[in-house]
Amino acid sequence: MKKEKLLFSIPYTLWLAFFVVIPLLLLFFQAMTNASGHLTLANFAAYFASGTYLRMTLNSVVYAFLITVITLVISYPTAYFLANLKNRQFWLLLVILPTWINLLLKAYAFIGILSRDGTANSFISLFGIAPQQLLFTNASFILVSSYIEIPFMILPIFNVLNDMDKDLIQASRDLGANSWQTLWRLIVPLSMPGVKSGVQSVFIPSLSLFMITRLIGGNRVITLGTAIEEHFLTTQNWHMGSTIGVILIIAMVATMILTRDRKKTILRRGGRL
Amino acid sequence: MKKILSAFFALILVILALFAFQHYLVAKENAAAGSSNKTKVLNVYNWGDYIDPALIKKFTKETGYQVNYETFDSNEAMYTKVRQGGTAYDIIVPSEYMIEKMRKEHLLDPIDKKRFTGFKYYDPRFLNDAFDPHNRYSIPYFWGTLGIIYNDKFVKKSEVSHWDQLWSSRFRNKILLVDSARDAFGLSLISMNKSVNSKRMPDVLAAKAKLDALMPNVKAILADEMVMYLAQEEAPIGISWSGQAAEMIAQNKHLHYVVPSEGSNLWFDNLAIPKTAKHFTAIYKFLNFMSEPKNAAQNAEYVEYATPNKGAVKLLPKSVTSDRQFYPDDQTIKHLEVYSDLGSRWTQIYNDLFLEFKMTNR
Repeated sequence: MKKEKLLFSIPYTLWLAFFVVIPLLLLFFQAMTNASGHLTLANFAAYFASGTYLRMTLNSVVYAFLITVITLVISYPTAYFLANLKNRQFWLLLVILPTWINLLLKAYAFIGILSRDGTANSFISLFGIAPQQLLFTNASFILVSSYIEIPFMILPIFNVLNDMDKDLIQASRDLGANSWQTLWRLIVPLSMPGVKSGVQSVFIPSLSLFMITRLIGGNRVITLGTAIEEHFLTTQNWHMGSTIGVILIIAMVATMILTRDRKKTILRRGGRL
Repeated sequence: MKKILSAFFALILVILALFAFQHYLVAKENAAAGSSNKTKVLNVYNWGDYIDPALIKKFTKETGYQVNYETFDSNEAMYTKVRQGGTAYDIIVPSEYMIEKMRKEHLLDPIDKKRFTGFKYYDPRFLNDAFDPHNRYSIPYFWGTLGIIYNDKFVKKSEVSHWDQLWSSRFRNKILLVDSARDAFGLSLISMNKSVNSKRMPDVLAAKAKLDALMPNVKAILADEMVMYLAQEEAPIGISWSGQAAEMIAQNKHLHYVVPSEGSNLWFDNLAIPKTAKHFTAIYKFLNFMSEPKNAAQNAEYVEYATPNKGAVKLLPKSVTSDRQFYPDDQTIKHLEVYSDLGSRWTQIYNDLFLEFKMTNR
């Protein structure tokens, strides 16, 4: 039985080795070497000495934070209502459906909506408002990114809420909590694991969204993704590009640590309540 | 468990069936192209949609060589693939600065002038440039310029005939700029009467400062998307290459292209033979074939870029070759400057400054 188990783990171990561990090592290696192949920390020094990179990092974090907050504010109530609906699997499907459509297509659809002669402008012109510049603005960038990330926030929250034992709510009401208290003292704390994994899966990719910055932001919104693209494709300074990649990984780890579950077990039955 | 297993095998069967079908399609396509002889091939690595497919068919018909056509979307991507080896390209089509870089790094094979006899068809104005003296390694394929595209509904030609006019406060938030460090700095340097290949820090910094001053007028910094945006009239002015301009003008008749007479960039895409090449008989047949004025003219009509083949220019319709937008007059051509390879240090400086420029607030 033991041997069999080992056998089963071979495919995934190989996968991990070839597509996770080795690429990561290569990335770190590139980041720690210079053009002549010597080990150095100069890339990191250059990164932290450059006002441009630091401002870009700050930009990325601020945008990613805004996108995360907006998606969370929209997703939590949505997930809550979904979890209480009768045909929730069907409604959930509708939420997931947009993720089946290619990202590029969605971005181009938004160009159609937001452009000068687009749907949004023709709609507001019905009320006599002159066409507004919508594309290439921070607001449009955040809107489109949030739209794209929303399913990834709704899903984990929905899963947690859906798995929650409904008897707990019953019990809380029996013990005299009003519906507001039940929500605030019971449902929200219990759904935190979902919120945390939602935040992780939205915040981290948002740090380096680069196609949207170009198509919708018109490169007037600059995030670290823009710099990585430039280093790999234009200047071919893979070392600096990898350095920024490593810094993104560090940011990711930091996010994971900040949002990890401190209590190992999620209380279900027989917990503190 | 049984259910899972049978589903799993069903899935594998479906995948196998799809593979077989794909194999069948490919085989059919090859048969249709009329070549079963696998050894008579030529591997061409070119930009997307940058050759008339009818010419490839004609070449195969005349010589019996099967052409494998692969595409790249940036010089750098092509360079990385060729340098890392493992590829078997016989013909590549780099831009001029990349020719210089690749020939300095010994990644190109020289062109045997005994076997390639087509240079007589080419316009001497476009031969023997600094990026490749005496055309030892390259044959110009198409050429073009950097310029200003404007929409005649909103802007008059006299308002955008010179680079300096772009800084006018009238054009606040109206310009789409090409996403390329060399071109953005190029136009800024030209507007100050400096070389586009300047390696003097004060010049480059001055160009950066001048670009920063342009930022309030820049609505967006775009790559290929610019074609769509200008054709849709999202902005009245664009700064881009003649090739993109031709595409836009084909989509929207209100668009026009100007090359400022004080100077601009002159670019070339060139046929070259990478070190990885193997099929030399086919290569020279292809190079000679593409340089035939008749074929070069057909290709130019399809691609719609300017051809350096003066034999072909004679065969093209007058309406094309007398169009000053894409075949500028001698006076303008004299002022055009070709990019040279800046070397990795200066490429980095230009691009870092460009990144900094992009971060400039409106």
